[in-house]
Amino acid sequence: MAKVLVVTSGKGGVGKTTSTAALGAALAQTGQNVVVVDFDVGLRNLDLVMGAERRVVFDLINVIQGDAKLSQALIRDKRIETLSILPASQTRDKDALTAEGVASVMAQLREKFDWVICDSPAGIERGAQLAMHHADHAIVVTNPEVSSVRDSDRIIGMLDSTTEKARNGGKIEKHLLLTRYDPARAARGEMLRIEDVLEILSIPLLGIIPESEEVLRASNLGAPVTLSSPDSPPARAYAEAARRLEGEKLEVTVPVERKGLLARLFKGKS
Amino acid sequence: MSLFGSFFGRNTKTSAPVARDRLQILLAHERTGRGNESDLLNKLQAEILEVIKRHIAVDQDKVQVKLDRGNSVSMLEIDIEVPQMRPSGQP
Repeated sequence: MAKVLVVTSGKGGVGKTTSTAALGAALAQTGQNVVVVDFDVGLRNLDLVMGAERRVVFDLINVIQGDAKLSQALIRDKRIETLSILPASQTRDKDALTAEGVASVMAQLREKFDWVICDSPAGIERGAQLAMHHADHAIVVTNPEVSSVRDSDRIIGMLDSTTEKARNGGKIEKHLLLTRYDPARAARGEMLRIEDVLEILSIPLLGIIPESEEVLRASNLGAPVTLSSPDSPPARAYAEAARRLEGEKLEVTVPVERKGLLARLFKGKS
Repeated sequence: MSLFGSFFGRNTKTSAPVARDRLQILLAHERTGRGNESDLLNKLQAEILEVIKRHIAVDQDKVQVKLDRGNSVSMLEIDIEVPQMRPSGQP
């Protein structure tokens, strides 16, 4: 039975696309069939972050409008055989996404894959609503920062009211993914504490992704971070989150400050 | 940290030049409006299929179009699954 996930946040720039790519790759690396779907029509970027930008022929809108078959628009990842991407259109506008069209594509994807991961556009409008509409699970990506937490709260409200599951009296499963967490700043009291964010949003924690230079390196290279540097702290955190999605009960690793050599030598002097 | 990292040969290949090259190729296509290749590809696919269909029955679903955009040359690959042909007169 396929699971449909939406990666959403309300606010832009918090790490939705990075997280979609990393979680999709992490799940596919365990041998499951995964498709990542870009819903950001007009401003697609998942293809670029996944390193598939040169291979896009058809996109989600082409499939919805019947110009291409789904199998023709899916791009198979060159590194992981069980990972595919369905790109968004770069040229059409978001009105080309119809509710019926999206429903039909999602139904087809459910047949083909174990996991369907929808990368939502920022905002709370049509595109974001369509991205979350068919989801069984939602991953709410949040930075430990006031505006991000506020927008996440808004999105959580929408997940509980406008999705198909909610309309049918069910409940969409929500998970908090805290990204760009800086343990050093948190230790100095300069950043919202994890407990505070959890208390305010009160949804279960899926993982904490530490702020890391490896994330930028991964997008530079066009590879999900779990592939480009699998042993790095963010990659481990994503891999852990993926295992939790699969139902494993794992304690969430809280990133700790990793002091550099100089900082350790001069400990207490600065 | 990064200074020490490079001393010890960690991440010796920097990623920024890769990012620049990828963006240059991508944006060169998108700025000239070639980003919307799917209309051309649609036509190509339809016409190529039409020609082939005159001779063989082809399943529309068994056609795959692949593309790899390069800096100066792009590769278009059209994969058509052709059903087993039987000598005429046999069922």
